[in-house]
Amino acid sequence: MQLAKHWRLKGPRYRLAAVRHPETGAICFPPPADSAEWDEVALSGQGVVESFAAVGKAADGFVDGSIMALIRLAEGPVITAQLTDLEYADVTIGLQVEMVTRKLRDLGPDGLIVYGYKFRPLLSQV
Amino acid sequence: MAKPVLPTGIVGYGAYVPRFRITGAEISRMWDGGPGTPVAEKSVPGPDEDTITMSIEAGRNALRRAEVAATELGAVWIGSESHPYAVKPSGTVVAEALGCGVQISAADWEFACKAGTEALTAAMGMVGSGMLPYAMAVGADTAQGRPGDALEYTAAAGAAALIVGPAERAVATIEATLSVVTDTPDFFRRAEQVYPVHGNRFTGTPAYFGHISNAARGLLDQLGAEPGDFSYVVFHQPNTKFPQTVGKQLGFRPEQIAPGLLAPRIGNTYSAASLLGLCATFDVARAGDRIMVVSYGSGAGADAYALTVTDRLAAVRELAPVTSTYIERRTEIDYATYAKWRGKLVMG
Repeated sequence: MQLAKHWRLKGPRYRLAAVRHPETGAICFPPPADSAEWDEVALSGQGVVESFAAVGKAADGFVDGSIMALIRLAEGPVITAQLTDLEYADVTIGLQVEMVTRKLRDLGPDGLIVYGYKFRPLLSQV
Repeated sequence: MAKPVLPTGIVGYGAYVPRFRITGAEISRMWDGGPGTPVAEKSVPGPDEDTITMSIEAGRNALRRAEVAATELGAVWIGSESHPYAVKPSGTVVAEALGCGVQISAADWEFACKAGTEALTAAMGMVGSGMLPYAMAVGADTAQGRPGDALEYTAAAGAAALIVGPAERAVATIEATLSVVTDTPDFFRRAEQVYPVHGNRFTGTPAYFGHISNAARGLLDQLGAEPGDFSYVVFHQPNTKFPQTVGKQLGFRPEQIAPGLLAPRIGNTYSAASLLGLCATFDVARAGDRIMVVSYGSGAGADAYALTVTDRLAAVRELAPVTSTYIERRTEIDYATYAKWRGKLVMG
């Protein structure tokens, strides 16, 4: 079930916990493995769709037809994430999105429910 | 009647309602239910939503309005009858997602549809006694109804989060609360069963109406107050009719109930229902308004609260989406999609 892996990733996944280099100020997400000395910083969750694609045949545990996107976060990093609360026809490059914490995977009746970030259109613009 | 020792209030509130709706007419079409349904439509959680995800969004909204850091919370308590895990508290995930510190209490509460107000009363106790600076109480549910049962028309999804803190930072001060509990088997679900059972008309007079009336009248009497002293009142709302009927019986006017009456548009959000109604009432209330809230939970019990709005409410209202933003964001789905998403199809 890879419980340790999911546990290690909970901060970045649940709330976009990133790290800032104490000297250069560079923000890195997800935090690199050797960032124990960096400062934790919470990202705003605001971003813009840079590119996107529908997943025709998803990997086990994911849903066919889900929409993956490259999101440029307001603080700079570009991440890959699933879009939610919209249809494929409604996605455009440049769409402003915000982070929500949703179910990513359900590992079955004897498994973990994996939560993490997805992005949706700004609620104020729906 | 219980009163906090220290001046205490609600310092932040946040609502969440999923965007999907199924109409009563669509459910009736499937089951030959005829015209006239208990609510016009109900909210349905998306396939990536549950009590934990909805609690997180409601909690974030409450933190924005409270203008306190998540690390200042001493408790995150989730009231629900649809916790995703039988064993592993929803509050553990919600507290982590909100960015709370590890020195925190995070437990789950249960009491049918008043699990959220159980958490609220506990939060009042901890803050009102000076043991904690701030405590978050959430009511959230993704309710299930057996296919074709009367409950299927109303069993909905939503969440509401309240942060209890010192009265000087409150959007509404808490004057007092009163709880009523009896052993009344109007609605229950045995362990391992998927769907609850209910006592049809037995859920009315001895259950919903009896307990809400006792709690509301008890609090009014002990405060020396009358229904006319309150600008607004919010009751638990399992359907459109019950809260309007109990309001009339108690002597409240329809306009006192109207802002917090959400059931016609989103159904019965169970543990969230009375708290979401309070959120919607906060969205329109003004400084000085007194608000009465009375929850109801099957089994059975009711919690009544008397609140008074402060001038801070208007200053923080727009820091997070108002309740109507979520309610007006609606995407209608058909029964087949609803049945698939809600796990009603047995895959063999």
